[in-house]
Amino acid sequence: MRKVIMGNHALSYGAMLSRAEVIAAYPITPQTEVVELLSEMCANGILKAKFIKVESEHSAMAACVGASAAGARTFTATSSQGLALMHEVLHWAVGARLPVVMGNINRAFAPPWSIWTEQNDSIAQRDTGWIQIYASSNQEVLDSVIQAYKVAEKVLLPAMIVLDAFVLSHTSEVVDVPEQEKVDAYLPPYEPRYKLDPDDPHAFGGLTKPDWYYELRYQIEQAMEEAKNVIEETGKEFEERFGRYYGMVEEYKTEDAELILVASSTIASTARVVVDMLREEGKKVGLLRIRVLRPFPKEKVAMILKNAKKVAVIDRNISFGMSGAFYAETKAALYNEKDKPPIWGYIAGLGGRDVRIEDIKGIIENTYKEDNPKKDIYWIGVKL
Amino acid sequence: MEEKEIRFKSVKDMPPMAMSLGTMRINKTGTWRNIKPVIDYDKCIKCMFCWKFCPDASVDIKDELPVINYDYCKGCGICAAECPAQAIEMVKEE
Repeated sequence: MRKVIMGNHALSYGAMLSRAEVIAAYPITPQTEVVELLSEMCANGILKAKFIKVESEHSAMAACVGASAAGARTFTATSSQGLALMHEVLHWAVGARLPVVMGNINRAFAPPWSIWTEQNDSIAQRDTGWIQIYASSNQEVLDSVIQAYKVAEKVLLPAMIVLDAFVLSHTSEVVDVPEQEKVDAYLPPYEPRYKLDPDDPHAFGGLTKPDWYYELRYQIEQAMEEAKNVIEETGKEFEERFGRYYGMVEEYKTEDAELILVASSTIASTARVVVDMLREEGKKVGLLRIRVLRPFPKEKVAMILKNAKKVAVIDRNISFGMSGAFYAETKAALYNEKDKPPIWGYIAGLGGRDVRIEDIKGIIENTYKEDNPKKDIYWIGVKL
Repeated sequence: MEEKEIRFKSVKDMPPMAMSLGTMRINKTGTWRNIKPVIDYDKCIKCMFCWKFCPDASVDIKDELPVINYDYCKGCGICAAECPAQAIEMVKEE
């Protein structure tokens, strides 16, 4: 059924169709509508889930961890300060290998208070071991929740669907809400391989000495590697059943491109339009949208970019003292390639400032103009 | 109950999380203690405050009487402090 819904409700519908069994969340702008709708669904019986009201995001994630350890399919959503407060328990979900799925609405950190979009909140959780999927439309948000459960439960790692505050979270788009039976056929009930079971008691996560802790970390990295293939496979199966494909990256007119833009989230959607505009002017420009930041699709990124003449990465985040995160990752992915293009790194749209068509055109213009990057950070539109 | 500790040869034999890698059946934390609670059963009024307050669940109930489990008691003294009948004395470990 086609519905006009905001990105936040796309998350709620995704969790509902995935038949989440335990939902624990704490409200925060711009995430509130996600759990508002889910609590309504639980209250009126549309969704047969236990809705746990908690006093903080730390508790929300802890409740999800407990429920997941007991074998339930769990969901939560948060943003910015809330995600930061979850930080400790995010590591727990990974170490305990629990396939919790959550939505994170990208919002800039305080101070000063801001409610607008910026990726620094999710970038700061990049190294926890969560799978991170950056969506660029409300349809992709809904579909990614369903796909994320399939991936997470296969590789036993938690997964985070990331979307821009307001640009997606509060913007209504036409979304095809799939039928429950079709989702059920794609995503069967969660069958945990290991769970808290009074009939077969085990100690989970107890003190582990250096003799085996190291191996457990090795296993997490193996699971991340496996996740790359599982994301592609589940994406293809999703396409067969629903007609929409989602992989690690999205390539747009990259095959013959001499200049490739690298972007994520909704900036990539705008960049797609810019690519079309410049193609009409005869400029060979393409777009590589990085959909999954963890696991990072380094092989794919290297393969797609190595034959371009120039690459320009746009980051709506900054790792202070270094550069934009996607820029650093992209450079790292190409470093061991023999022939590689120079890579420019542009910071844009922090704190929710609009990244307009003109801004992206300016980025391309500057990249064409220079032979080599002069610095690691080019600030777009900063009032100097 | 049978011994639950699992030994592995390599990472391939392991479950993906720390599951019964260590077990309290083997890791007897009572050795950390330097003073121990001793119950005077003549004074004990069977209120079970010691059982209820023990933070390490190291007080068992046997035949309606509290019994300290010295395999795990770390000697914190909370039972002695809470005992309304002053029936528990903290004694130095020899």
